[in-house]
Amino acid sequence: MTGLRVDFYPEIVAADVAVIGAGPGGIAAAVSAAERGLRVVVMDRGLEPGGQIWRHKAGAAATPEAQPWITRLAASGARTINGTSVVDVRPDADGFEIIAESASRPLHIWAADIILATGARELFIPFDGWTLPGVMGIGGTQALIKSGASFAGKRVVIAGSGPLMLPVAASLADAGANLLLVAEQARRAAVAQFATGLWRTPSLLLQAAKYRVRFLTSSYTTGTWVTAAHGVDRLESITLTDGRRTWRHDVDVLCTGYGLIPNVEIARLIGCEIREGAIAVDNRQRTNVDHVLAVGEATGIGGAPLSLIEGAIAGSTVGSVEAPSGHLLRRRAALVGAAGRMLDVFAPREELRSLPHADTIVCRCEDVSFGAVQGAACARQAKLYTRVGMGPCQGRTCMPALDFLLAWQADSVRPPVEPALVSVLSSEVAGEATPSFPLTSSVGEAYQ
Amino acid sequence: MPRGGQSRISIVINGDRVEVPAGITVAAALFNLGITALRMSVSGEPRGPVCAMGVCFECRVTIDSRPHQRACLTAAVDGMHIQTASTS
Amino acid sequence: MSQRPDAVVIGAGIVGASCAEALARAGRRVLILDSSFAGGGTTAAGMGHLVAMDDSPAQLALTAYSGKLWTELVPDLPGNIEYEPCGTLWVAEDEEQLVAVREKQRTYAEFGIEAETLSPTQLAEAEPHLRPGLSGALRVPGDGVIYPPNAALALVQRAIANGAQLREGTRVDAIGPREVLVGRERISCDCVINACGAEAAQLTTGLPIVPRKGHLVITDRYPGFCHHQLVELGYLTSAHTMNAESVAFNVQPRATGQLLIGSSRELVGWDGTVNRAIVRRMLDRALDFMPGLALTSAIRTWTGFRPATPDKLPLIGAWEDTPGLWIAAGHEGLGITTSLGTGQLIADLIVGATPAIDPAPFAPARVHATAGVS
Repeated sequence: MTGLRVDFYPEIVAADVAVIGAGPGGIAAAVSAAERGLRVVVMDRGLEPGGQIWRHKAGAAATPEAQPWITRLAASGARTINGTSVVDVRPDADGFEIIAESASRPLHIWAADIILATGARELFIPFDGWTLPGVMGIGGTQALIKSGASFAGKRVVIAGSGPLMLPVAASLADAGANLLLVAEQARRAAVAQFATGLWRTPSLLLQAAKYRVRFLTSSYTTGTWVTAAHGVDRLESITLTDGRRTWRHDVDVLCTGYGLIPNVEIARLIGCEIREGAIAVDNRQRTNVDHVLAVGEATGIGGAPLSLIEGAIAGSTVGSVEAPSGHLLRRRAALVGAAGRMLDVFAPREELRSLPHADTIVCRCEDVSFGAVQGAACARQAKLYTRVGMGPCQGRTCMPALDFLLAWQADSVRPPVEPALVSVLSSEVAGEATPSFPLTSSVGEAYQ
Repeated sequence: MPRGGQSRISIVINGDRVEVPAGITVAAALFNLGITALRMSVSGEPRGPVCAMGVCFECRVTIDSRPHQRACLTAAVDGMHIQTASTS
Repeated sequence: MSQRPDAVVIGAGIVGASCAEALARAGRRVLILDSSFAGGGTTAAGMGHLVAMDDSPAQLALTAYSGKLWTELVPDLPGNIEYEPCGTLWVAEDEEQLVAVREKQRTYAEFGIEAETLSPTQLAEAEPHLRPGLSGALRVPGDGVIYPPNAALALVQRAIANGAQLREGTRVDAIGPREVLVGRERISCDCVINACGAEAAQLTTGLPIVPRKGHLVITDRYPGFCHHQLVELGYLTSAHTMNAESVAFNVQPRATGQLLIGSSRELVGWDGTVNRAIVRRMLDRALDFMPGLALTSAIRTWTGFRPATPDKLPLIGAWEDTPGLWIAAGHEGLGITTSLGTGQLIADLIVGATPAIDPAPFAPARVHATAGVS
């Protein structure tokens, strides 16, 4: 038989420490551990190390904050594996076996210890029209810019919540976007209180001011949120409200999102305790599962500076009985306090609970409307009757929204924790298969 | 490899050959070409990228005959064939 | 329920739902109790294969009868049951299995079930993603596929339309003579139907029903990847033999375009966690038959517990130890198919009508007879 043969034998990598996620926390952990002489593997979905905050275009230089760390990572001896999705983690006699998919091939990593640095994702709250192309995440917009998208001349409104809006507004302005408005849903008084609080962390205040200078020609408003997006096949306009009046803007792009939520799926698969939506850790970044540590946003939203310190604590103590340095512990304590204040200020307001109507789609994978799930007694019942949350994103988008809207709790996490090729989940000695793609073109189009 | 944005590569999008900067993701390349609808949802709505970090699966396209590939996680490679949703 | 129910059905899985539907249709006042919600137990974990199966004459009689009832009912059910009349292909790997295929065809013919033998060429044309070199297949065009949780819900809703009442989140603590205990509440009635599937023995001691765990994997959407429910002929052996552990090739095209990949059987009690080793074996088996599956994206796995009986036949009929108690449980991996036949059988027996098929092979009394021996 002719044709391409694809080898499905897994690549097997043995390490002392496997770091899952190569954002600031994961990089700091990997660097600290590798510089102690440990064999470290750090893997990430992205095409380059850096995570979301330090994302940069492949082949291009990273930002001044990121570059020293990325250089240090490269020199540390840690092995970085990009473009890799973790599919399953299972304990074995000597530690853990991590099953991942990397460039369409199975990758098995055996490691004595795991450091989870799985980061965070944005919380979206569904509203009419949010599924139109052109409605994007705030962080998603930043990611697109950093991966080469041009927003020059695009009419953009940012409407959502949280400090992430400022750097994205600045990036859009720098990129030549026509940034019409930045609308923060939190009340003016709360935001002002937060800004005042920044005096206690002058570097953050300075940073906020620097961002604001970059989009000074655009309006910034508080107590304002988007209620609907309009358009036929793509976004054309949006409706905003301040709770008293509503108005419309014609836009090409709406950036929306209501803060970050920790990615805890792998932690839950392993059996780590989750507290208030984040991986619970002790002062050495240890979870309740032996030999599993966690750092960064996955342990609570705190920003890159905190992630770096947590990464350093984990990387400097993993696999040893050494206590973390007092210096690191003190800096972490200071930053954790600031992060807690921030979360309170930017908590989504009550009015946002009435954003979705009965026919508003909540599950974008399966196109399930809010009305279809509202009457269900629990998430599992809604999933079975309507397929809400059952698509390839595995509920990562709709379930946090439904937690906010209906107080539903996520149900169990099972492997694969991310969609994976059947060949990756099959036996490690399955050998090769002849792929049957491409199918006929008519069938291929139906996949879309 | 030259710095991103300097060298250009050639890819095929919906049958049309286009040049894009090396280092760009498929999602960014499509965005720059004004292709907003990357896939059709299960009820036939056009969808485009949302999270751009591999979580939401809204930017799935067919790449080199393989369906359901996340455009945001895929670097454009010289000679790559990309098929997006067709909206009438 | 303001009025005393005639019948209390415990368990709103697809079997209980069908019993309730048939009894309500026969004019009985029915109360349905479920500890969780309709279709949320073993029903939700099933593949939803509507299949004629010939492990024994009684099994074939019940599956064929049920298949006929499904064909009649489907037009009246809502679209979200996702009925697909895809038929089944029983795939033969070698000449020996091809002999079995021909035998199977003859058996089906005796029951009036349409079936045709496919040559290797015809098989390759029918399912291009099967590996080359297979010996042929038996195509059973009357078989189909449904989405079980919504099918159970639809049956419950039909029962409700005929006056039945559903109480979800209601755990039954005990069954007494013509009564059911829910906490301190005592619900009296003429008859009680234990349709608790794999958990039936927890309410009725002496029922020889054990949980037989299964795994399923579902993929993203690949419409047109396969067209029939595909089952290896060796499936019957896997299902019939009460081994500690077995897998068989079983792939099903869903109405959504997704592919459902099975199947596994394990006897491990009530441990519902995903057993990675058996998932691997199951997928290896699937890849052996359909190599192209290797490049499809699996989005979810889950497990469920089939209610297994020693003789592979369900328990349908009166339970003589407790006055007024009827059993409709123990359907193993055929509960979705045989739910309708079971419900009709139970209703006919309760109202004194003549069942369409002989109920004797399913009588729970046979358990008493064998219990003494083993």
